[in-house]
Amino acid sequence: MEDLLREFLTETNESLDVVDNELIRFEQEPNNADILGRIFRLVHTIKGTCGFIGLPRLEALAHAAETVMGKFRDGAPVTADAVSLVLVTIDRLKSILAELEATAAEPAGSDGDLIVQLEQMALDGGAPAPAAEEITIGTLSPQVLERPLRPGEVSLDDLERAFRDTPGPQDKKQEKRGDDRRVGERRHPDTAPAGNQTLRVSVDTVERLMTMVSELVLTRNQLLEIVRRHSESEFKVPLQRLSNVTAELQEGVMKTRMQPIGNAWAKLPRIVRDLGQELGKEIELEMHGAETELDRQVLDIIRDPLTHMVRNSADHGLETTEERRKAGKPAKGTIRLSAYQASGQIVIEIADDGRGLNLSKIRRRAIEVGLISDEDHPSEAQLHKLIFAPGFSTAEKVTSVSGRGVGMDVVKTNIDQIGGTIDLKSTPGRGSTFSIKIPLTLAIVPALIVEAGGERYAIPQVAVVELVHRGSNANLVEEINGALVLRLRDKLLPLLSLTQLLKLPKQPEANGDAFVIVMQVGASLFGIVVDDVMHTEEIVVKPVAASLRDIKILGGNTILGDGSVIMILDPNGIAESIGASREERTIDDFAAKGEALPQEEALKTVSMLMFRSGSGTLKAVPLSLVTRLEEIDARKIERSSGRPMVQYRGGLMPLIPADENAKLAEDGTQPLLVFTDGGRSVGLIVDEIVDIVEDRLEIKVASDTPGVLGSAIIRDQATEIIDVAHFLPLGFSDWFHGRQGHAREKKKLLFVDDSAFFRNMLAPVLQAAGYDVTALSGAKEALVALDRGASFDAVVTDIEMPEIDGFAFTEALRANANFSHLPVIALTSTLSPAVASKCESAGMYGYVAKFDRRGLLQALKNAAVELQEAA
Amino acid sequence: MSKADATETEFVTAWIADQLFGIPITRVHDVFEAERVTRVPLAPSEISGVLNLRGRVVTALDMRKRLGLPPREAAEKRMAIGIDHDGEAYGLLVDSMGEVLKLSSAALDAAPINLQKNWAAICSGIYRLEDRLMVVLDVDKILDFRKDTLAA
Repeated sequence: MEDLLREFLTETNESLDVVDNELIRFEQEPNNADILGRIFRLVHTIKGTCGFIGLPRLEALAHAAETVMGKFRDGAPVTADAVSLVLVTIDRLKSILAELEATAAEPAGSDGDLIVQLEQMALDGGAPAPAAEEITIGTLSPQVLERPLRPGEVSLDDLERAFRDTPGPQDKKQEKRGDDRRVGERRHPDTAPAGNQTLRVSVDTVERLMTMVSELVLTRNQLLEIVRRHSESEFKVPLQRLSNVTAELQEGVMKTRMQPIGNAWAKLPRIVRDLGQELGKEIELEMHGAETELDRQVLDIIRDPLTHMVRNSADHGLETTEERRKAGKPAKGTIRLSAYQASGQIVIEIADDGRGLNLSKIRRRAIEVGLISDEDHPSEAQLHKLIFAPGFSTAEKVTSVSGRGVGMDVVKTNIDQIGGTIDLKSTPGRGSTFSIKIPLTLAIVPALIVEAGGERYAIPQVAVVELVHRGSNANLVEEINGALVLRLRDKLLPLLSLTQLLKLPKQPEANGDAFVIVMQVGASLFGIVVDDVMHTEEIVVKPVAASLRDIKILGGNTILGDGSVIMILDPNGIAESIGASREERTIDDFAAKGEALPQEEALKTVSMLMFRSGSGTLKAVPLSLVTRLEEIDARKIERSSGRPMVQYRGGLMPLIPADENAKLAEDGTQPLLVFTDGGRSVGLIVDEIVDIVEDRLEIKVASDTPGVLGSAIIRDQATEIIDVAHFLPLGFSDWFHGRQGHAREKKKLLFVDDSAFFRNMLAPVLQAAGYDVTALSGAKEALVALDRGASFDAVVTDIEMPEIDGFAFTEALRANANFSHLPVIALTSTLSPAVASKCESAGMYGYVAKFDRRGLLQALKNAAVELQEAA
Repeated sequence: MSKADATETEFVTAWIADQLFGIPITRVHDVFEAERVTRVPLAPSEISGVLNLRGRVVTALDMRKRLGLPPREAAEKRMAIGIDHDGEAYGLLVDSMGEVLKLSSAALDAAPINLQKNWAAICSGIYRLEDRLMVVLDVDKILDFRKDTLAA
């Protein structure tokens, strides 16, 4: 019985949510028999189940509602009042269910009031129920029923009497609203509609799995770190496999925690409908991207803020129907909710086509509550931001809808709490758009590892916009009466020294102010100065102990691959500590100058390291290929057989000029880009490291110069893209031969990629690793070559290609007995479980991220080992 | 730890600045050498940092600071007593470990009334051993230092 009841509760709650929304649609399309049919069936099922389990109160209510629905089906006119009454009935059903869930027994009480109204409505053929006032003054008039009473029915006179004694629908509504809230609190938050092939798993189980996977990721990272230190290790291959499996497991478990955002939206159509009625506005709620998935934990936290914001839009944002007509707008106001994923974040937008923010009202109110003074003349953007300030509400009258003390400040706090940001655009007369950006998940985040005051810290990458290296430009960071600022593309960016912020002891030997990390939190843009930037790492966020939780700047701690614990900085905490006023103004400077903030640029960008060398033209290399940036003391450069070398991490590292004309520094420091491949490092001599930028990489002009792939426009400047693969073998004359020695004969490799850039970049890398590479620009060409009898030992192919994509290509190979044995390794720009399973089902040997050269070489090696074993 | 039922209690003992302390063994998770402690900026002074103990982040508490004792001269080895408190892992940094003692709870003396306040707050009694006195520490009260720091 226990299980039966629980199942009943879950199912019925879901059905009721559906009925809620269907009814609202039905009200708009009263002639849609399909919708009505669905509602009728659902209500009928609920009634039937209640009868079966023995819940008389629920059964009676559902029966009465069903009767009304039946009348609608028979063609009775659908009125708003009738729908309201059914909705109220559903609310009652829900509150009884909530009680039932809490106490496992149907609560005592009577629903005579509602049943009477419903029956009355059914009899009137769906005509509006008379208002309460009318009834109290009305006289009791004998009613005639045109048929004899059926068993269980009461006479109309009795009905009328009962109706007079009960409160009217107006009073009911208020009371119901209170109930509604209670139901919301009690009900289990996760009532996702269960489709086929799904299991209900308790949240605890998933949480425990997640914790365990996080531990596994950490252990894997530690193992990788250990093996990295031993160049030859028999653990390498199995560890690589373990690593892949771990990554997939991690994604898989993350996936189980994901829920469509539509779950948080389910109640909104009903809320908007009720609001519209109450406020006398016609409101249409559009919802886009309800299927967008995000972490359960995140979803729970944004549920209430979203509801609040939609209420706000309906209440404050949209005008009344009258006002809209006068303004020449369509009578029906629209609230548009949309959600989509962009660069590892979820963007949720709540837009209305209402009156927009009233700036002068905000200003008045801000002065009233003392947020600004009379003399202040804040800009538009600043005024917009004031609505997020605590205790701010401009609603002229406090309605029952919003303006009840919890305002946008609570919304902002909730969003801050999960590392999200909220932003607002508003045009007077045209409407407002709020956009919320939140991280996909809170458990595992990519982070930038930086060093300050001799300790390392992790900064969540979501907040990092760009890195600026001070390089030789010593004047980059300037001071105004102690306040640090940075000239960034002709603007001033407020800076914070991480050392000062964390009250760390100043490191005398640190070269100081080496990197500025430009961060964006909401619309605030600021930089923090760190001593060094190490690398990026996927970190598992672990909460700090209770005794450290008051430190706002720290968002948690994590264990790195090398086993050490480091603290994670909380971007929101840092933003708070930088002091609001100064930061706001700078943001507005940026806004005023019309510069798009870097984060909002196109998605398919690559982080490029910009530097100068020799001729003075800007050069760039994808940052992911660079292992480290170093500045070494020029006096430490030694010469060995005429070539410059430097002692580096316990070995000798050859130095190669990035340009024929590049010269080694005589004294001072020499900036280097260090590239590592297979345990060997080469230092590329450059004159100056300029910047790290995110931009599209599109090679416009190919180049014949060795070491240069071609030219591209990066940040509006012509930039030479250097070919790393050209420089690597230059460092070690035996680089090429050394590799070759291992393989008795060169393995023949077919490399298919439609992008010339990747062909140019990866082919030399593969060659350097000892493969005989044939690079082709498409699957068609590849199949032609194979048909002509070209033989290969392995295939590396891009997945996203025009005409025939990597999957289809692989399937074509599998279908041909001559090539079905060929191991195929896919290159993908997105590593996701979906891609993984597609790769698997297409029969691929493995898949590697596009920029992961080491992973590619490893996968090829594994494939070779397996082939040999098979042979 | 209650006097009534347990006649014998085992204590993990440790030395801090020439004083012997004891913690009921039931509260001790493990004893380990505190290596690679990462400082936590802006943290209360009692917290000397965080460290990784077999994949778990442990918050290290400097017992000398907690007891208001002068810091120890640089030591090559720092031992820690690992305890769990509200599901969080803490390590109490001590000078050195002593042996495990099995003592009768009947022999437990109350803390003398003239014991310094900050010690009295975290001491749940004194054992008179043959050659010295052992201060029994109350783990939960040790970790309740935030109140003290805030009040101060």
